[in-house]
Amino acid sequence: MTDHLPVLLVVVPLVAAPIAALLNHPRLSWAVAVAATLWALYAALELLSQTMAAGAIHYELGGWAAPYGIEYVVDPLNAWVVVIVTLIGALVAPYARVSVEREITEDRIPLFYAAFILCLTGLLGIAVTGDVFNVFVFLEISSLSAYALIALGSDRRALTASFQYLIMGSVGATFIVIGIGLMYVMTGTLNMADLADRLPEVSGTRTIPVAFTFLTVGITLKLALFPLHLWLPNAYTYAPSAVTAFIASTATKVAVYLLLRFFFTIFGATFSFDVMQLDRILMPLALIAIVAMSLVAIYQENVKRLLAYSSVAQIGYMVLGISFASVLGLTAGILHLFNHALIKGALFMSMGCVMYRVGSVRLERMHGLGRAMPWTMAAFVVGGLSLIGVPLTVGFISKWYLVQAALEQGMWPVAGVVLLGSLLALMYVWKVVEVAYFREADPELEISEAPLSLLAPTWVLVLGNLYFGINASDSVDIATRAAEMLLGALS
Amino acid sequence: MTALGLFNYWAVIFLMMVGFYTLIARGNLVKKIIGLNIFQTSVFILYITMGKITGGTAPIFVEGGEDVIYSNPIPHVLILTAIVVGVATSAVGLSLVIRIKEAFGTIEEDEIQDESL
Amino acid sequence: MDDRVILRVGAKILIPFILLFALYVQFHGDYGPGGGFQAGVIFAAGFVLYALIYGLGNVKKVLPPRAVYVCSALGVLLYAGVGYVTMALGGNFLDYGVLAHDPEHGQHYGILLVELGVLITVFGVMVAVFYAFAGRRRVDT
Repeated sequence: MTDHLPVLLVVVPLVAAPIAALLNHPRLSWAVAVAATLWALYAALELLSQTMAAGAIHYELGGWAAPYGIEYVVDPLNAWVVVIVTLIGALVAPYARVSVEREITEDRIPLFYAAFILCLTGLLGIAVTGDVFNVFVFLEISSLSAYALIALGSDRRALTASFQYLIMGSVGATFIVIGIGLMYVMTGTLNMADLADRLPEVSGTRTIPVAFTFLTVGITLKLALFPLHLWLPNAYTYAPSAVTAFIASTATKVAVYLLLRFFFTIFGATFSFDVMQLDRILMPLALIAIVAMSLVAIYQENVKRLLAYSSVAQIGYMVLGISFASVLGLTAGILHLFNHALIKGALFMSMGCVMYRVGSVRLERMHGLGRAMPWTMAAFVVGGLSLIGVPLTVGFISKWYLVQAALEQGMWPVAGVVLLGSLLALMYVWKVVEVAYFREADPELEISEAPLSLLAPTWVLVLGNLYFGINASDSVDIATRAAEMLLGALS
Repeated sequence: MTALGLFNYWAVIFLMMVGFYTLIARGNLVKKIIGLNIFQTSVFILYITMGKITGGTAPIFVEGGEDVIYSNPIPHVLILTAIVVGVATSAVGLSLVIRIKEAFGTIEEDEIQDESL
Repeated sequence: MDDRVILRVGAKILIPFILLFALYVQFHGDYGPGGGFQAGVIFAAGFVLYALIYGLGNVKKVLPPRAVYVCSALGVLLYAGVGYVTMALGGNFLDYGVLAHDPEHGQHYGILLVELGVLITVFGVMVAVFYAFAGRRRVDT
């Protein structure tokens, strides 16, 4: 049984999705979704402990040996990503029941869960597969289900948001296929490890830099790196609350993982950063993302939209860490993957609670919510503090490593921009806090606290923010291992 | 190889640019989907082209043929998957267009933007 | 459509052959070109042709939407089910060799079953897409 964990991790949710659709009953389908996500979380944690103890795990699909067959490979990096995705999945699934009943019509609920599990399947598949074409297939599984999930939002603008995402996402995925095809032409292989072996021989040709460029643009589109982020704010704003919480904390993280995998494992850090000089592109874009998107966030009136722009800024932090191409920088980037998932998961879930009670997350409807919904808003405040990077929260740990990585390379201005980003984050978080705590509520509206089934998953994430902010040794340890593994070829 | 010898790739680039341009420049959502389809088709041809080996026959096992050259079937298999994905994307895209038409009463991008305000 | 005799008779003659051809593509998919994707689409095309000539109402009597819905889920279950069976028999996921005493026969059965799963799902999804689009009323604004 444990031998098959890498594939069972993906295949159990894959089977759960049609079962959820077949049962066609809101509660039963929900139960299937919860069971599938819990199973995936268990499998992910098991895989992480195995790979941390004994190194990379290889699994040959259909018994066909790599590089001819498709191979699943689990190493510290993707085990970590899988844990992030399944953790958020396992918290969003129980959260979804009440939230979805309010926001989606009843006949669509079983299909919602089917799409939700399929999206999870796709994200997990991208993370564990060791075959580049398989990456594309899983990428499309997760993207297509994400388009459907976003279109389920109650506002009609959810449809246009989903359509915009579909167009941009498909272009991104097609770019990735072109890149993969060009690599295949030159090397005749699709296996990641095999590609890494064979690419150096042909990296002097004109085809490989072109493949590299297509892959970079394709992945950064999926990643929503500034200026390719245009699909993201609308998609996050108008999707159902549970979907936003799930996609915001997982989909972009998996794209960051892909970026790491392609640049460091397949092309190798030397080719990516010395020959192609990727850092000259990524670093300015990341810095612009941090400042510009935080500024845009300050002016938003819809809190979900505010958080969406903040997400684009936070993606900037992750990419900034990657662009240093040093162990410390990568550690910061990989650490922020996890930390940002905790932060944004908690924040979007608390906004889901507000949506449930108030029916809107616009600032003008949130006056005095701090007293009407104390637990919800307390969750938002802790999440917000973490977003700013206050000590004792996970946000602080990420920023700490990021600033260290910048100083290590003597880049004072970059460290300054990171701190400026925190200051801007303080401004947009304060904007919400001020409205919720210091404005008088409309006395005619009677708003009570959100139900426990919404608050419990939210607070699990909030406590995670505090726990991993105080005791960061485990997460830092794993991130460092992953970073060292990625740069192994360089040192 | 002369520039004309790379005829297939010229076709790929032409289709890719036509599709991409339609995708970006047209405001009509159905035309955008058509552009996306043309764009994806260019990639299908790219993959099919690279599987072809000069003088190679269809990759079906020939009884007793020791020195038969076969074309490479792997890119064709890969692109079959991508074609299926493309069909799924078009279906999702078109169904979104229908629902946008029902919700906004138009499928022109600029008119939808006016409606949304 | 009542007066279009050629279409009605032609379709009646064609449809059995379309369905048969789909099965041909399906069961020759192990050693020759073919397989579940193509077979599923061809099979669905038979039903789409029927719907075009005889109307959506009639085809829905033969093939209720609920059945289509079940089909599209069932195929995936069959596909993954084969994978589970191979794992239970001691092989890796989708390692068909363990399905029979002779690994070559096992590969044969395995690929046919998996392709059958693909056929059912592709057929289901294709017809479902057709139903979804054809069943819409035109919105006039």
